[in-house]
Amino acid sequence: MVMKSPFFHPLLVADMAAIISEDYFEPWQLISEHQQKSELAKQFGATATFVGSMRDFNDDAHVSEMLLEHYPEMTQRYLEKLEHDAKQQWPIIDCLIAHRVGHIKPADAIVVIACWSAHRRAALDACNWLIEQLKFNAPFWKKESRPDGDVWVEHNTAG
Amino acid sequence: MSIQVKFFASLREQVGLSDSTIEQASTAAEVWDLATNKQQQPDNLVVAINLEYAKLNSSVNDGDEVAFFPPVTGG
Repeated sequence: MVMKSPFFHPLLVADMAAIISEDYFEPWQLISEHQQKSELAKQFGATATFVGSMRDFNDDAHVSEMLLEHYPEMTQRYLEKLEHDAKQQWPIIDCLIAHRVGHIKPADAIVVIACWSAHRRAALDACNWLIEQLKFNAPFWKKESRPDGDVWVEHNTAG
Repeated sequence: MSIQVKFFASLREQVGLSDSTIEQASTAAEVWDLATNKQQQPDNLVVAINLEYAKLNSSVNDGDEVAFFPPVTGG
């Protein structure tokens, strides 16, 4: 696919990837493999990444495990829409979003976002926008296992 | 006419249903009343119709899928 950059040079855009996984993934390996297999890697001048991992505490309580539920059809569609919308706003060449669902242990990666662009600003701004949109709009819900029982997380942290 | 109804996360536990089918409704709010037997709506209730965010007063049609859930907490 070819789109116009703000400077009207032709810019190739890769097929972007939105992955929802019940299985553990190693975030940096995922990012590295995505970049290595990209046919457009020689155009990448900037890579911006965000990796969100599970903490073993929340609201001053110990959290031993987390169950991440989602609305499968809507989630996949929403993540793909986010990538599409980011591509409309910034000249990003490639983008990867991966999100865990199911049972998650402390230190496991929950979400990975990577944006590749020719120059740093587009990748950084798109990556920041994507994680904020995902956190406040993508239909995922966390249920934490705490010493006093399982608790649904009711709101996101401010950042 | 048939409308599929889904509930997720804490709302599923609160309502006691994961999914349901209702025969007829004109708005998402009416779908809630019929599917939950008029349980009180939480203040922070979120609605989606056919996988897109919607409002409680949004219209529903035959074959629609209406989902109710609490605010999202992913990432």
